[in-house]
Amino acid sequence: MSVRQRKQPFGNTKPRVTRGEIVIIEDRCKGCGFCVEYCPNDVLKLSEKYNSKGYHPPAAVHPEQCVNCGFCRMICPEFAIYTYEITEVD
Amino acid sequence: MSVNEELTGAASCTPVNGQQNHPMENFLRMDRIPHIWCPTCGIGVTVNCFAQALERCSISLDDVVVVSGIGCTGRVAGYVKVDSFHTTHGRAIPFATGVKLANPKLKVVVFSGDGDLIAIGGNHLMHAARRNIDLTVICVNNFNYAMTGGQVAPTSPKDSVLTTSPYGNFEGSFNLPHLAESIGAVYIARWTALHIHRMTDAMVEGLNKPGFSFIEILAPCPTIFERRNKFGDGLDRLKFYYDNSEIKHGADPREADVSLRGNITVGTFVNRDRPTYMQAMNEHLQKRIGDSFTPYEG
Amino acid sequence: MKADPKGVLTGSHYFDGDVACCEGALAAGCRFVSGYPITPSTEVVERFSRRIPLVGGVFIQMEDELASSIALQGAVWAGKKAMTVTSGPGFSLMMEHIGLAAMTELPCVFVNVQRGGPSTGLPTLPGQADMMQARWGSHGDYEIIALAPDSPQECFDFMIDAFNLSEQFRVPVMFMMDECVGHMMERVVIPEAEAIEIFPRRFTKKTPEEYLPFEPGPDMVCDMVKAGDGYRIHVTGLTHDFRGYPVMSAQCQEQLVHRLVNKIRLNQDAICKYEEIMVDDAEVVVICYGITSRIAIEAVHKAREQGIKAGMLRLIVVWPLPEKVIQGYAETGKAMVMAEMNYGQVFWDVERLAYGRVPVVLAGHGGGTVHEPEFIVEKIAEAATCLSTKN
Repeated sequence: MSVRQRKQPFGNTKPRVTRGEIVIIEDRCKGCGFCVEYCPNDVLKLSEKYNSKGYHPPAAVHPEQCVNCGFCRMICPEFAIYTYEITEVD
Repeated sequence: MSVNEELTGAASCTPVNGQQNHPMENFLRMDRIPHIWCPTCGIGVTVNCFAQALERCSISLDDVVVVSGIGCTGRVAGYVKVDSFHTTHGRAIPFATGVKLANPKLKVVVFSGDGDLIAIGGNHLMHAARRNIDLTVICVNNFNYAMTGGQVAPTSPKDSVLTTSPYGNFEGSFNLPHLAESIGAVYIARWTALHIHRMTDAMVEGLNKPGFSFIEILAPCPTIFERRNKFGDGLDRLKFYYDNSEIKHGADPREADVSLRGNITVGTFVNRDRPTYMQAMNEHLQKRIGDSFTPYEG
Repeated sequence: MKADPKGVLTGSHYFDGDVACCEGALAAGCRFVSGYPITPSTEVVERFSRRIPLVGGVFIQMEDELASSIALQGAVWAGKKAMTVTSGPGFSLMMEHIGLAAMTELPCVFVNVQRGGPSTGLPTLPGQADMMQARWGSHGDYEIIALAPDSPQECFDFMIDAFNLSEQFRVPVMFMMDECVGHMMERVVIPEAEAIEIFPRRFTKKTPEEYLPFEPGPDMVCDMVKAGDGYRIHVTGLTHDFRGYPVMSAQCQEQLVHRLVNKIRLNQDAICKYEEIMVDDAEVVVICYGITSRIAIEAVHKAREQGIKAGMLRLIVVWPLPEKVIQGYAETGKAMVMAEMNYGQVFWDVERLAYGRVPVVLAGHGGGTVHEPEFIVEKIAEAATCLSTKN
């Protein structure tokens, strides 16, 4: 019996990936760099600006690459960064 | 401004963007944030994972009691929004024993540092583990007495340079999983501050496990241990953990020694079963005394 | 409120002081004891370990006195009434935690069955040389309440008072027995549970949003809660504000520590308890507490026979001292003899209160045995002579 070929895959045209919105509480940050180093998608970078304590907080340089993995939230010792899921409308 | 209006630091800061609050805010005493720990210190990470672990265990925060001793990690009790007790140096475990035995329905967690739990508190650790009191002990190991300026501790590896071992530590140091295993702990795990997911898993397992669970977490102490021993800052130390830790579940705790610059064995070493203190007490007294004895439930 | 009948062994018994002390604790509602064996107090915990499974509660023999003295504090915060029992060397070990109990305003009882000291001393023989330590033993400024029974019956009765005072003032109470009272066997009558008044724990009526753990009431005492009730309190030994949060400032120290001290000092009238015998016409008043009072009364009678108008003030609550009473003796020209089984402890405070107006003579010895009445009579005579020389 022949295998039926399909022209299009089932479901979505491209794979669905979660997306996250990044929230940075700048004045809590102590510039440790953990989130920058360990973000799996290199979304963050320490910014040039100073927060009120004189540290460089992170900034999202590639926010569109955030997949809401939550690693930055959990590894931040200052509770200064978190993400939440953005639901995309197809 | 009266003493009671004084806040110890800025209140919860308004986020840059975003409508929601930080998910930890229900768990923390926000009127005491920011906390006192140094930049790149690992203790904040362990608190994060602990909050996550409690959520996963579906334990109501009203039923959680956190007891800590004195030291940097000892300050954890002051930041978590549960019934929390900041007791004397080394005596968190007997205090927690009293809480647990008086009300066995509470989930009692001891959150303290290596100097507090192993040195001055060593005797109490030994006996609580022997008795298998139902406690979860989270020992944050930064290899020194950080709060008082960085003195050598029983966990400091050989050759560590610290304020009371200025020529390097020549004493033997404790291998905590080995110690915990020999004194009878039923669940023993070691992770580093970098292993956030596995640390959280270990905390969940420890919290759910009846009996004495011991979770050691190696955390950077940038201001003292890392600086004095040329490890850089906390981020450098996390990279060191990344390069040098080896996950070996079920490894023999005797082989889990930590040397100054060598490999670090992490994983869940022991997960065994033994009747808890209350179970043993109730069962035994029921047998011996008979009907006049009503099993103790709090 | 009335005592819980489960813990009350109503009847007429022949007990030693240690056993009576345990029964008193049970009658008062104590359901948690963390102890460590030390002569001559061991019998208290031995009795408790035997009784508590039948009454319903916990006894745990901890690994040392450091653990015993703090495990009971965890139990109190979780809602139980708790005590620990020790003697001199163990009492020294417990000092840090007595300080913690005073700082966190914990209602609890520490029983010290005093023996000869210092150091290992005379384990099986009486002493009363821990009295100053009971008051000043831990570092820092704080006040406690101390009681001294003079018989097994009083060991029972005053234990109930000790627990009641600890709840009323949220303060650790030191129950200062001695080996003689602890090991003597006498009749102890335990009444029905309805006849025993218990001061209930001052649990707050406020909601978790309104409640501040260390906000004092008009009598300088704060209401209490227990862990697990949703109040999410933070308790620390660091100097703290009304919320219980550490505040490192001189202002906060003044607000907290001064109140801890005044809570007892200014509430003396409600706390002090003493017994006066033949003081009205007395020229010499013998001040004593504990077992020494049973010899002192004999001495007072002997002195009277010899023509000296002697009287006795027996301190039931030793700390705080009934200062106005003692000052009153000095003002009315009564000399005082302090009879205690040590080389001078409460004596110094009595001398201070006398303020040089009258002679104060110490009838003290180092312990190991109780006083001889003749010794106290000699001191009474000495005081009387000093008084007449002065006059």
